[in-house]
Amino acid sequence: MTLELRGITKRFGSLTANDHIDLTVEAGEIHCLLGENGAGKSTLMNVLYGLYQADEGEILLDDVVQRFAGPGDAMRAGIGMVHQHFMLIPVFTVAENVLLGHEKELGGLAGAKRRVVEISERFGFQIDPDARIEDLPVGVQQRVEIIKALSLDAKVLVFDEPTAVLTPQETDELMTIMQQLRDEGTAIVFITHKLREVRAIADRITVIRLGKVVGEAQPTATSIELASLMVGRPVELTVHKQPSVRTDNELVIEHLTVVDDQGIAVVDDLSLTVHGGEVVCIAGVQGNGQTELTEAILGLQRRATGSIRLNGVELLGRSVREVLDTGVGFVPEDRKVDGLVGEYSIAENLMLDRYLGAPFVSRGTIVRQARDEFAQERLGAFDIRAQSIQTPVGTLSGGNQQKVVLARELSRPLQLFVASQPTRGLDVGSIEFVHAQVIATRDAGIPVIVVSTELDEVVGLADRIAVMYGGGIVGVVPAETSRDDLGIMMAGELPEGLAA
Amino acid sequence: MSDDQDRPGGTTDDQDRDAPLAPEQPRAGGAPALHADGDREVVHAPTVVEVPVAETQTPATPEEPRDEDRWSGIGREILGGTPMVSLLAVLVAFVVGGVLIAATDETVQESSGYFFARPGDTLGAIASAVGGAYWALFQGSIFNFSRPEGGFVAFIRPLTETLHFAAPLIAAGLGVAVAFRVGMFNIGGRGQMLAAAAAAGWVGFSFPMPPVLHVLVALVAGMLAGALWAGIAGLLKARTGAHEVITTIMLNFVALWLLSYLIRTPGLLQAPGSNNPITPGTLESAQLPLLLGAQFNLTWGIVLSVLAVVVAWWLIERSSLGFRFRAVGLNPQAALNAGMDVKRVYVQAMLVAGAFMGLAGAQQVQSTVTTGFTSGIDAGIGFDAITVALLGRSSPWGTLAAGLLFGAFKAGGFRMQAAEGVPIDIVLVVQSVIVLCIAAPPLVRAVFRLPTPRGAVR
Repeated sequence: MTLELRGITKRFGSLTANDHIDLTVEAGEIHCLLGENGAGKSTLMNVLYGLYQADEGEILLDDVVQRFAGPGDAMRAGIGMVHQHFMLIPVFTVAENVLLGHEKELGGLAGAKRRVVEISERFGFQIDPDARIEDLPVGVQQRVEIIKALSLDAKVLVFDEPTAVLTPQETDELMTIMQQLRDEGTAIVFITHKLREVRAIADRITVIRLGKVVGEAQPTATSIELASLMVGRPVELTVHKQPSVRTDNELVIEHLTVVDDQGIAVVDDLSLTVHGGEVVCIAGVQGNGQTELTEAILGLQRRATGSIRLNGVELLGRSVREVLDTGVGFVPEDRKVDGLVGEYSIAENLMLDRYLGAPFVSRGTIVRQARDEFAQERLGAFDIRAQSIQTPVGTLSGGNQQKVVLARELSRPLQLFVASQPTRGLDVGSIEFVHAQVIATRDAGIPVIVVSTELDEVVGLADRIAVMYGGGIVGVVPAETSRDDLGIMMAGELPEGLAA
Repeated sequence: MSDDQDRPGGTTDDQDRDAPLAPEQPRAGGAPALHADGDREVVHAPTVVEVPVAETQTPATPEEPRDEDRWSGIGREILGGTPMVSLLAVLVAFVVGGVLIAATDETVQESSGYFFARPGDTLGAIASAVGGAYWALFQGSIFNFSRPEGGFVAFIRPLTETLHFAAPLIAAGLGVAVAFRVGMFNIGGRGQMLAAAAAAGWVGFSFPMPPVLHVLVALVAGMLAGALWAGIAGLLKARTGAHEVITTIMLNFVALWLLSYLIRTPGLLQAPGSNNPITPGTLESAQLPLLLGAQFNLTWGIVLSVLAVVVAWWLIERSSLGFRFRAVGLNPQAALNAGMDVKRVYVQAMLVAGAFMGLAGAQQVQSTVTTGFTSGIDAGIGFDAITVALLGRSSPWGTLAAGLLFGAFKAGGFRMQAAEGVPIDIVLVVQSVIVLCIAAPPLVRAVFRLPTPRGAVR
C-alpha cells in the first residue's frame, strides 16, 4: 500500500505546525521522518492517524483520498501506530490489550489470543498472550504495541520515536523487526531524531524543520550532513574537551540506599566517587534508580541511608536549602516540573533559589534592581533568547528554559554540579551550548555528575561512565568502552574483560 | 496523546524521546559545513522549501493552549482570568439578576398575561422593574439623589455605608486571596473570624484600657486568634498532608460550636445577668472610632482594611516571603528544588491568611456589632470573602475593588428591598452568578467570544 500525504497543513492559532507537507511512503520501504523536537513530526502523524483534522491537504492510500474522523477510521484503512508512550493498560493481559476496541474484528478474546500467537510466531517474539502487561519488560511491551497494530492488518505502520525507552540491544532487535516488516511489504514511517538509527535503517529520509519539508537525504549521508539539514545551519557534533585534570575536590558516595514508599530499595547499596575536574556520566535505561540517586544528593529523599560526602561534608540528612548552600548546582531531569516556575519571569526564576539575603533581598524586600541587573547579565552570558527578562519562562522554548536553569545553577560558587538529562528535548544548538557549559564546569575543577539515558551524550561528555541497573552500579568504566559493552551493562550484566 | 505533539517554533517540549546529537563518529575537527564534502554521498540539499530561519533558536513563542495543563490547575485557571473576565462576569450577573427581577415583579407578571395584545405594557413593566431596582441599588450604595433636603450628608451617606460594609469584606477577602496565591483554598473564614471575634471581644469587654491602646490590643488579639485558628489547618497540611479544604471547613464547625458554648455559659463569654447566648457589649475604649463623625456609621475599619491591602500587596508582590508564597503556589516542586521549605510556607501562609481574617473578625466586634455578639457574628463574611477574592483574582488591589463592590451590594440591597420591593435574595443571586462566571472563565469567554489567552498567566 502506498501512502501519500499531499500539501498537509495544520495550524494551531497563529502557529503553523505543518506547512504544506508532501510525503510519499511506498510499500516495502522504511521512510524516516527526521526533525528536531517541535519540527512538526508528531503533528503530521496525528493528522495521519485521524487525531487531528488537517486544515488543508489530503491523505491518499493507493491513490484513493481518505477521510479520517478518528483513529478508528485510520486503523480500518490499514494504518497502525506504535506510540512513543505505550497505549496499553498495565493490568490487562497482552490479548486483552490487543482486543481492546476491536472486539468484533478479532472475534473475542479467543480470536485475539490466536492472533497474538500467530503474529508472535511470525516474528519470533515468544509472547504469552495471557501475560499481564505490567509484568513485561519495556521492550516486550513495545512488541505488544506492534502486535496490536498488526492484528488489524496494518499496511502502513508508524513508529513514533520508538527507541527512546530501549536499551541499545533492544533497539537493534526493534530494527530487525522493522526490517522484517518492510520485507513483508509493510510501508513504515519511522519518526526519530537519532541520526545513528536513521542511517542504519532508512531507505529514504525526509527532513522536516519548523513545519516544512526542507529536503530529502540518502541514508548514506553523514551524520553531520543530516544534522545540519535538520537544524538549518552547520553543526558541531563532537564535544570538544581537554583531558581531565583531577583536583582535590571529591564527592564520595558510600553504601547509599534509598527505599520507596513500598519499602523497595530503588537505590541499592550504591558507592561511587567523583573527583574534581572529571565528568562521571551515569548511564542506564530510565527508571533504574538514577532519579532517586540525584534526589538523594540534593536532599529530596528522606528515606536515604548511607553516606554522601562532598569534600568531607556529609550531605545526607541535610535539607535542600543546606545542600544548595554547600555549593551544589543541580539541573533536574524535568525542568518544567522541578526546575522552573513557568509563570515567573526569567528574572524571578534566576533568583529562585536565592530568596534569602543579599544580593537579591534586603530587609525582607526583593531588591528588584539587583535582580534585574543580574538577570540582564545572565541573559547575555547564557545567550537566552527572550523578549526581555520579564518574559514568563513558560513561554520560552525548551532550549531557552534549560539555559535559564543552567544560568541560575552555575551562578553560585559550586563544589559539585549534578545535571540530570541536561539536554532532553533540546534542539541541536542548545545541546552544543549545554555540553560546553558542562565541560567548562568540569574544567573549573568541580566534580560533575551527568545522568543521561542517551548513550551518545554519555560517550561524548564522560571521563568515566558509571552504568546503573536495578538501583546499583554495574560498573564504572572508561569513556572509551565500546557501545556494545555499555549496552550489555545497561541490561545488568558485566561483560567479560571489564572490571567492575 | 495530547502532550506528545511536536510544536513548531521550538516551543517547549520535554519528552522522553529527546536525545542529544552527541558525537557520532569522533572525527577530529570534523568540518561542520553543510555541503562541504564533495566526495561524500549527496545530501539532497534543502531544495524543496526555503526556510527563512538560520538559527535553531527561535524567539519566545507563545505556547499552545494544549500545553496549559502542564503549568496550571484549576486554581491557576481561575487566577488566570483577565480583569476583563471579572468585569464581564459582573455584567453577566447583572443581566441574570435583571431577568429574575423582571420575572418576579408583579406588574410584569400581570402585563405579560396580555403580552400579545399590548406588548408595550410588558416591556415597560420590565424596564421599570429592572431599572427601578438597579437604580435603587445604586442610590443605596453610591449616591442618593432623592433627598435634596438632606444636603451633602444624605448624598454621600450611601457611599459611606458601602465603605462600612466593605471594610470587613476586604480584610476577609485578603485572607482568602493570600492563601490562594500559595495554592490553598481557605474555606475557613468563618471559623477564623469567630475565633478572632471571640478573642477581640473578650479583650474588648473584659479589660478596660486607655482608648487607643485598647483598640490596638483587641485588634492584635483578634488577628492572633484568627492566625492561630488558620495555622492549625496549615500545620495539619504540612505535617499530615490533610487537605486544607476539609480541615478549614471542619474548623469552622469547631469554632462555631465552641463559641456557642462559650457565650451561653455564665462566667465565660456570656454577658453577666443575661440568659441569652450573647456576650457583653464592647467597651467604648475598644471600639474603632468613627471616621467621619457621628453622622455616619463609617469607622476606622475601612482605613485598617485599606492598610491591610497595602501590606498584602507588599507581602505578596514585593517581599521575599511572598516570592516563596507565590513560587509554592505556582509550582511546589520547583520551590522544593530551589531549597524552599514548602511545608513551612504552607503554615506561614495560613498564619498570614488567618491574621487577615482575624482583622475582619475583630472589626465585626469593634465596629459593626458593639452591643454584644452571638455566634452569628461572622455574618457570612467568611464565605463572601471567597467570592471577593475570586472576583479580585486574588490580587490585593483586585480584592479591594471586589470588596467595595460587595459592600455596595450589601448597602444597596437593603434599599432595593425597601424602595422597590425586590427581594434581597436577588442580590445574593447576582453575587452567586458572579462566582459561577469567575470560576468558569471559559464560560464568560464563550459568551462574549473572547479569545482564549495563550501562554502563561501574566
